[in-house]
Amino acid sequence: MADKKRNWGVVAQFANPADLLHAAQKAREAGYKKFEVYSPFPVHGMDDAMGLPGSKVPWISLMGGLTGMTIGLTLQWWTGAVDYPLVIGGKPLFAWEFGLPVTFELSVLLASFGTVFGMFALNKLPKPYHPLDKVPMFKGVTDDKFFMSIEVADPMFDLHKSQAFLEEIGGTNVTVVEE
Amino acid sequence: MGHDKQFTDAPKLDAGMADKAFKIAAAVGAVGILASVGLAFSGDEAKHQFFFSWLTAFMWCLTIGLGALFFIIIHHLTRATWSASTRRIAENVAINLPLMAILFIPIAIGLHDLYHWSHEEAVANDPILKWKAGYLNAPFFFVRAAVYFAVWGGLAWFFRSNSVKQDESGDEALSFKMRRLAPVGILTFALSATFAAFDWTMSLDPHWFSTMFGVYTFAGGVVSWFAFGILAIAWLQKSGALKHTITTGNRHDFGKLMFGFIVFWAYVTFSQYYLIWYANIPEETAWFAHRSVEGWSNIGALIIIGHFIVPFWVLLSRHVKRFPLSLNLAAVWMLLMHFVDLYFVIMPTLHHHGLHFHVLDLTTLLGVGGVFVAAFAFRFKKDAAVAHKDPQLLASMRYDNA
Repeated sequence: MADKKRNWGVVAQFANPADLLHAAQKAREAGYKKFEVYSPFPVHGMDDAMGLPGSKVPWISLMGGLTGMTIGLTLQWWTGAVDYPLVIGGKPLFAWEFGLPVTFELSVLLASFGTVFGMFALNKLPKPYHPLDKVPMFKGVTDDKFFMSIEVADPMFDLHKSQAFLEEIGGTNVTVVEE
Repeated sequence: MGHDKQFTDAPKLDAGMADKAFKIAAAVGAVGILASVGLAFSGDEAKHQFFFSWLTAFMWCLTIGLGALFFIIIHHLTRATWSASTRRIAENVAINLPLMAILFIPIAIGLHDLYHWSHEEAVANDPILKWKAGYLNAPFFFVRAAVYFAVWGGLAWFFRSNSVKQDESGDEALSFKMRRLAPVGILTFALSATFAAFDWTMSLDPHWFSTMFGVYTFAGGVVSWFAFGILAIAWLQKSGALKHTITTGNRHDFGKLMFGFIVFWAYVTFSQYYLIWYANIPEETAWFAHRSVEGWSNIGALIIIGHFIVPFWVLLSRHVKRFPLSLNLAAVWMLLMHFVDLYFVIMPTLHHHGLHFHVLDLTTLLGVGGVFVAAFAFRFKKDAAVAHKDPQLLASMRYDNA
């Protein structure tokens, strides 16, 4: 790809979280789908303002938990009562009473794995490179700057109109970002 | 989102609605108490039954009140904001704790019916009870009860009266004052609630002991407080109060905390059982052996399924917690299950051979429960239904946990 680089989208800076919140609301109302906001900290009400659907992570956690539960119970039953039966401390070869702590711990462990790694996967993390990394002003996003971007992939995207739109809703330093 | 929110509701519940609830509950309570006392005089067996049924109903209401007191103390201890809109409900429940001292009178009268250790001749022939007599004796038992009620009553009164004072002045210094007492409050609360559980329910079987018993009783009480709180919110909002003040997010949080404490209760309950099961020492297993006989074992299974497994799966869903009807039904169910849990702790002392329902179980529940609810509703007649000048109220209303 030695020839001219393609555009990834446009980005604009916003003064504070409240402006960012209102900008997100306006972008959603204007019909944009592939826009994203960037902030050094979570902004309350942003999910609603952006119109994001509920997270899918809980379902992955649940699947993880159920897998852990199944593994925990079968592991103890199969090793203790089937594969190598051995009476320990006069206890039955398998009983739910002593099976429960291990089952509980494995359920929690795999549910946590499901939550953390599910969140990573859905966010497509780790992401060593992002087009916005090339925009010098974007470095401030980890400190005290707020941004919103609109991607070329958005069906509503138009290089000139989208730039004008970002300015209209209060954005400054509107910049075109290459891929 | 909602940053422009203002407090627009009337701070007070409509006096007529408060009065109506008070009168209905008071009537149920009066009928329940009269019927219970009447039945208690019908014979020796009924008299014996009366004290045990009363103790069950008493513990049911008491633990709800303790759960509410815990909620208030934690609110101040952590400088919470989300619970500012619902704290008055907890204050009005916790202020029932001094009233529980009056409802304790039948337990004091029935000391010899309820507690085996209170019979001197039984203690004299029992080396274990003789050894425990330094703690388990009637005078010290009453001194301790007086201390518990003084601690709970004092804390409940302190937090509620300062909160009501703030309704007029809006003075933030009152918030600081309450926050300063919270650390002392939580320590005295933890000790008094633990020892009260030891004294009033664990000592029914004086040979048996479990250091987890206090936290087990506490966990059930906190679940029930959140259930009671959910229903109180439903009642207030149905009566037209605080419709915009207590948000879906606030109710969702009550559901989440009820869910959380159901899991905590299960964790504690299982841990208590598990260690005893594993160690398998007769003096410890006896308590569970009494509860494994025909009849009681079914109640035990009902508690495992109904107090944990079913509510766990049902309340896992966000929709169930945010939709009022399903949350209210879950709250009613948990209050019922908490009663069954206490019944399972208390009643096998009387009916060792199996489950034996008595009409007094119902009448005492209506009596004590009716008085408890009536006293709760009465508090809404004079003072505001929400701490409407609390500096954190608006933050609490904005909170929607999306």
